[in-house]
Amino acid sequence: MLTLYKQLPNFILTTKLDELLNWCRKSSVWYMLFATACCGIELMQTGGPRCDWDRFGAVPRSTPRQSDLMIIAGTISYKMAVCTRRLYDQMPDPKYVIAMGSCANCGGLFKHSYSVLKGIDKVMPVDIYVPGCPPRPEALTDGLLKLQEKMQKEKFLRS
Amino acid sequence: MIQQLSLLFPMLPMWLVQAIWCGVVAVLLLTFFSLFAGPVSWLERRIAGRIMSRIGPNRVGPQGIIQWLADGVKNFLKEDLIPRDADKILFRFAPYPVFLGVTLTLVTLPFSSLLIGADLNVGLLYIVGAWGLVVIGLIAAGWSSNNKWTLLGGMRSAAQMISYEIPLVLSLLVVVLMSGSLSLQTIISSQGASPVEWFIFSNPFAFIAFVIFMISAVAEGNRTPFDLPEAESELVAGYNTEYSGMRFLFFFFAEWGNLYVIGALAASLFLGGWQIPAGWRNFASAQGPILPHVFEVLMFQLKTWIWVLLIIQLRWTLPRLRVDQLMKVSWKYLTPFAFVSIVGTGLWMVVFPEGWLFMKYLLLFSMLAVIGYFVWRAIWQLRFTKSKADFKLIV
Repeated sequence: MLTLYKQLPNFILTTKLDELLNWCRKSSVWYMLFATACCGIELMQTGGPRCDWDRFGAVPRSTPRQSDLMIIAGTISYKMAVCTRRLYDQMPDPKYVIAMGSCANCGGLFKHSYSVLKGIDKVMPVDIYVPGCPPRPEALTDGLLKLQEKMQKEKFLRS
Repeated sequence: MIQQLSLLFPMLPMWLVQAIWCGVVAVLLLTFFSLFAGPVSWLERRIAGRIMSRIGPNRVGPQGIIQWLADGVKNFLKEDLIPRDADKILFRFAPYPVFLGVTLTLVTLPFSSLLIGADLNVGLLYIVGAWGLVVIGLIAAGWSSNNKWTLLGGMRSAAQMISYEIPLVLSLLVVVLMSGSLSLQTIISSQGASPVEWFIFSNPFAFIAFVIFMISAVAEGNRTPFDLPEAESELVAGYNTEYSGMRFLFFFFAEWGNLYVIGALAASLFLGGWQIPAGWRNFASAQGPILPHVFEVLMFQLKTWIWVLLIIQLRWTLPRLRVDQLMKVSWKYLTPFAFVSIVGTGLWMVVFPEGWLFMKYLLLFSMLAVIGYFVWRAIWQLRFTKSKADFKLIV
């Protein structure tokens, strides 16, 4: 399927097919079990009873090979940045990244530390930034919904 | 059936008719398999949601019922990733034995007295043999990924499935002993519609064999509490850590397809399969030739689904066993008890050639008492459930 990826021309058939495929993709966003700091606690809550992400078809997968979405939950030190980038590279395309909380957005509280990465977008492309320190599960769910909107508008087969 | 078909198409040679017929049956069975495995994955997530006081998938289609379709299409669209250092041929090959091992068993599983892929006279042996293919796939997946976790998962699955195959086969032997046949249709025909005519209640040793069968079948299917090969807290995702996209979906399919195989085996071997009461059969036969089979199919599906739902509940209720505990359960408890149940059933058949009706009713009513206690506890628990107001906020 990826040989057709962004290859077909724009017309009614491919547009509708793209809509269907995007709907399927956005309805089953499997996110990776990966957290580095206190945002991780909120991330676990987001999968829990109060703010059940399974409603949107999002389930946690423990291996990067089967996940579509990486949520950077917490402070990334320079040492961790290398590993995070490797995990990102291990995910198969198409893949998405949500930067969750101030630390992942810009370094946050630890911005002036000698060892903290000033924002995860320095090492990988980010789709959604969720502000907060840490963001509540509701905010993260809003981030997921925004990501779903973005996936729905994407051109998957069309150039 | 094939004779009738060849009469319909007299110009075609016999072998061609046979080949086309085999193809049609294979496609139908595969369709049934995928149409079972998909929705059951949605059902399992909904039940898991209820047990964890979550909701589960409810956005995709009415109540999320086509969630499995979205998952499937998405996995088709994902990149098919093969690690650089992997054994590439084996890595590509590994998902297919797992998938085949489960689908091949469907050939001899009966749906009704007429609907069966092929009623082999060695049906039970065939099922056990075909199921054994799964191990090859899991080890191949674990080895070829060139990853420590997958290798550990593959080795665990090999150890687990080989040691649990022994009590499984021994407990199946009890059924073979009682029916005197390996063919599944003959086994079902030698039981009756009423519960006291089922093999499970025919003597206490057969009841033990049924319990052993259920435990070791769940272990064969790699379901929790025996899901050590893919233990997420210890090994990353077990043998399928390096698999992405469609190749991973094959493992996924096999896992949920296994549920049907376990449920259908339990229903057909111990619980009377598609047998319906004589009154129903007479009523249905009066309506036409098709209705009896509809009743039989419904009866068989009912019995199967009870076990499918039970296994799903077990998964979300029980914690995972440790490796040494797993081996201990198989070798120290299940295997000796399976031998005892074989010898006991043999002696029982010698002492009571016609069966002992009192014992059958005793077993039936003790089983009903257990089910009744379970239902009563469930209702009793419900009294403590708080108002649904919190629940409605997030729906």
